[in-house]
Amino acid sequence: MASETMANTIVKTETKEDVARSLAKKMRPRESLIQGFLFICGAISILTTVGIVYELSKEALLFFRDDRVTLVEFFTGSQWQPAIEQFGIAPLVLSTLVTSTIAMFVALPLGLASAIYLSEYASSRVRSILKPVLEILAGVPTVVYGYFALTFMTPLLRNIFGSDVVQIFNTASAGIVVGILIVPLVSSMSEDALHAVPDSLRQASYGLGATKLETAVRVVLPAALSGITAAFVVAISRAIGETMVVAIAAGAGPRNFEWSDVTQNYSGTPFNPFTSAETMTGHIVRISGGDISYNSIDYNSIFAIGLMLFFITLLLNVFSRRIVERFREVYD
Amino acid sequence: MMQGNYALQAKDLNIYYGSFRAVKDIELNIHTNKITSFIGPSGCGKSTLLRAFNRMNDLIEISHMKGSIEYKGKNLYDSDVDPVEVRRRIGMVFQKPNPFPKSIYDNIAWGAKINGFRGNMDELVEESLRSAALWDEVKDKLDQSGLSLSGGQQQRLCIARTIAVKPEIILMDEPCSALDPIATLKIEELMRQLQEEYTIVIVTHNMQQAARASDYTAFLNMDSSDRAGYMVEFNETNEMFTSPQNQETEDYITGRFG
Ligand SMILES: Nc1ncnc2c1ncn2[C@@H]1O[C@H](COP(=O)(O)OP(=O)(O)OP(=O)(O)O)[C@@H](O)[C@H]1O
Ligand SMILES: [Mg+2]
Repeated sequence: MASETMANTIVKTETKEDVARSLAKKMRPRESLIQGFLFICGAISILTTVGIVYELSKEALLFFRDDRVTLVEFFTGSQWQPAIEQFGIAPLVLSTLVTSTIAMFVALPLGLASAIYLSEYASSRVRSILKPVLEILAGVPTVVYGYFALTFMTPLLRNIFGSDVVQIFNTASAGIVVGILIVPLVSSMSEDALHAVPDSLRQASYGLGATKLETAVRVVLPAALSGITAAFVVAISRAIGETMVVAIAAGAGPRNFEWSDVTQNYSGTPFNPFTSAETMTGHIVRISGGDISYNSIDYNSIFAIGLMLFFITLLLNVFSRRIVERFREVYD
Repeated sequence: MMQGNYALQAKDLNIYYGSFRAVKDIELNIHTNKITSFIGPSGCGKSTLLRAFNRMNDLIEISHMKGSIEYKGKNLYDSDVDPVEVRRRIGMVFQKPNPFPKSIYDNIAWGAKINGFRGNMDELVEESLRSAALWDEVKDKLDQSGLSLSGGQQQRLCIARTIAVKPEIILMDEPCSALDPIATLKIEELMRQLQEEYTIVIVTHNMQQAARASDYTAFLNMDSSDRAGYMVEFNETNEMFTSPQNQETEDYITGRFG
């Protein structure tokens, strides 16, 4: 330090060597340490993903290599019955599709509406009460939501639509409750996106004589679209991946069907939300919880399902990003 | 003087943020079809006062006011007055250009649409852009984002957007502070043209701008005892800059301030 201050004060007598020394690259151990640490953190999350994909693929490959399995049957078959060696994934995928779609129909409007309310309407006092409540809601264990579906939502649905129509285990109840479960997620991510929209845009809108609603829905919302879509993508992934609720409330067996049923006997297909059906995740936990032996075809099949889940979520991510790129309003 | 000559009359106006009084005891008349400028040191409450005229301060949770602002004899702060309607008649242009992240066309059309405009939108867009002296520069790229324009063009777009709503009064808060001298001159020229149809109130830090571009000037200053802004002097701009009545005003406009 001392030599540095000296060099600074007697600038005129500085020799070329002095200058070179004072400008020379310095070791900054703390900087490099922290940089290294951050790099490792980033690397760990990437390596974990790679590891998961590797493990899934390895075991799934064992499954697809098996003589009893064909790729064609896997993708086009409408029966999933490992006991008699039928491996068509459609019943599981379609049930997942049904529960997730129902969940999104619940979560998107509710989540977005509460985000708009919190970000654009609520006074700071109301917000300071509501936000923690939402966070508590997000912290409730999913198994509790599962029993909420079974003991509250299902009886409610049976009351409304009749107990002869709605089975005790059904995808509607599970889907609705999964939707409720992800409302806080949609709401808090969307609120962040809305909040990030610069105040100057709101001012501009009000200055033109816009009402609060016009400002929120037609200025702030479009400007926050890319953040909100990110929220939706995370929410859909969450809905597809949600396990406990569907395992408890949706049913404990794949809803096998015939493709011809889709047009002729609709109520016998997984598309009927009032009958029991097993989703991909539901099936995975049930099978892995049972006493099946490693390296049996049943065991390997759940990795194939897992890989399928992974790709569906990945595709959703890619597609929604594409869509956002087209519609978003860039404000910065 | 006749009431009809005033577009706005502030009477015994006090504006607060929480318990802090930002502006005190304002008595001020804004002349119809004239340009009135507010000058004064930073923090003396020029923006606060300006925002009071179209009730933009309502959007700040902790802000409230006492006194009245009369528009054609009606107090804008009467409980039966809808602030949304006030802002449709009294438009605002902000310090930092803030076009919507929409196309140039939609930037203009949007405000008109929500105000129930039913005529030919293409014509309105062209006419507004022409009055804001922007048409020739953007007529071939109306579908591009308003944010793709330069700062000066963005500000003129914001003015065009305000004109499209057809207000009677336009409030401008330092509209040129983010612009270079040429863009600034363009906006000043524009104000002179707009003056025939609109009443304009402008806040500026630029003394030359006030002297050049306004008919009346109000000088505000901050009371050093309670930090509240008050109006020191209000006069025709020529008078104010050639023979200020008040020593504080003279110090400020000759740069001997503070
Ligand atoms: N949103 C707000 N909340 C609380 N206090 C505020 C708010 N806006 C302004 N003030 C206070 O009111 C006083 C006047 O502010 P105002 O912005 O009106 O000054 P100004 O004359 O426009 O200053 P400048 O020339 O720097 O823009 C300042 O003391 C400021 O701190
Ligand atoms: Mg200001």
